[in-house]
Amino acid sequence: MNLIQTLEKEQFDRLSATKSIPEFGPGDTLIVNVKVVEGERSRVQAYEGVCIGRNGGGINESFTVRKISYGEGVERVFPLLSPMIDSIKVVRRGKVRRAKLYYLRDLRGKSARIVEKKTERPAKVAATAAAK
Amino acid sequence: MRSGVIAQKVGMTRVFTDAGEHIPVTVLKLGNCQVVGHLTSEKNGYVALQLGSGSRKTVYLPKAERGQFAVAKVEPKRKVAEFRVSEDALIPVGAEIQADHFVVGQFVDVTGTSVGKGFAGGMKRWNFGGLRATHGVSVSHRSIGSTGGRQDPGKTFKNKKMPGHMGVDRITTLNLRVVQLDVERGLILVEGAVPGSKGGWISVRDAVKKALPKDAPKPGKFKLAGEGATVEAPAAEQEGA
Repeated sequence: MNLIQTLEKEQFDRLSATKSIPEFGPGDTLIVNVKVVEGERSRVQAYEGVCIGRNGGGINESFTVRKISYGEGVERVFPLLSPMIDSIKVVRRGKVRRAKLYYLRDLRGKSARIVEKKTERPAKVAATAAAK
Repeated sequence: MRSGVIAQKVGMTRVFTDAGEHIPVTVLKLGNCQVVGHLTSEKNGYVALQLGSGSRKTVYLPKAERGQFAVAKVEPKRKVAEFRVSEDALIPVGAEIQADHFVVGQFVDVTGTSVGKGFAGGMKRWNFGGLRATHGVSVSHRSIGSTGGRQDPGKTFKNKKMPGHMGVDRITTLNLRVVQLDVERGLILVEGAVPGSKGGWISVRDAVKKALPKDAPKPGKFKLAGEGATVEAPAAEQEGA
């Protein structure tokens, strides 16, 4: 492992130790609670939308969340490990066949919907099986 | 005027701050950066420190250089460079300069040899606009255009910007902020890009155009040869003397 990778791993461990990032992927609807600093005080603002892709890896990983705000498409890119993210919540799992859902940018309304994924994640199935 | 240091460029990464920002940084590594010699005003006409960094096999070393390193009682160095200093900022020969020679938040100037671009055209080398894509231009879309007048002046002026070799120049980037220091591993993390390729030799000095922070160690932070303890001559003592 070279020095840059070592430094990135150290920082990755330090940043990810303090927060729990849920498992999510493209097509999932997320609520991202973002810390907003207004002058002296800071508060948490929720940003809800569809994750249309994840980019990069390790410390450089980011994800894009798209939503329609007052009829206008808005996309925000968050670094996954950004200290400005308070928490991420998965609202709904989407069934998609692409890693990047850039086609949603050309769609509006009914056609821009994403079908919900019915099957549970393998990890969750295993957990429920173990509970039985 | 304090001494600078010789470092090696490791690469770039990012650093997340507690405030939530992320800063692009270049990692510079101090590889055993030691003082190899002094240049004095009596002998050389100016005061400077000669620093060396890296390591080199003695077998491949010319006899003359071997003698130089033997006088300083220092292992042979791969890279040797001079840093002009004021008389009170001399550091003893053999001392190893450490990363906390600099202070987090201070500004530094870095000098390196830029990446070679080979023979480059006017557009890449001098940001010329090139010729038009259409309207009858043939073959010469990226050419430089006119290089001079007509009968008067009857020549192309000297220093006209033209295609030619680009890169492999000595480039100094001013005022880069020190973001983080790692004394144990000898790392200096500097905000932004630093000229040169990975592994290239970089000299780092206090910014010429910004004031040095008051808590910067004077004459510097170093480890004396054969000693474990770090030595730092306090600035107040010197001023009082």
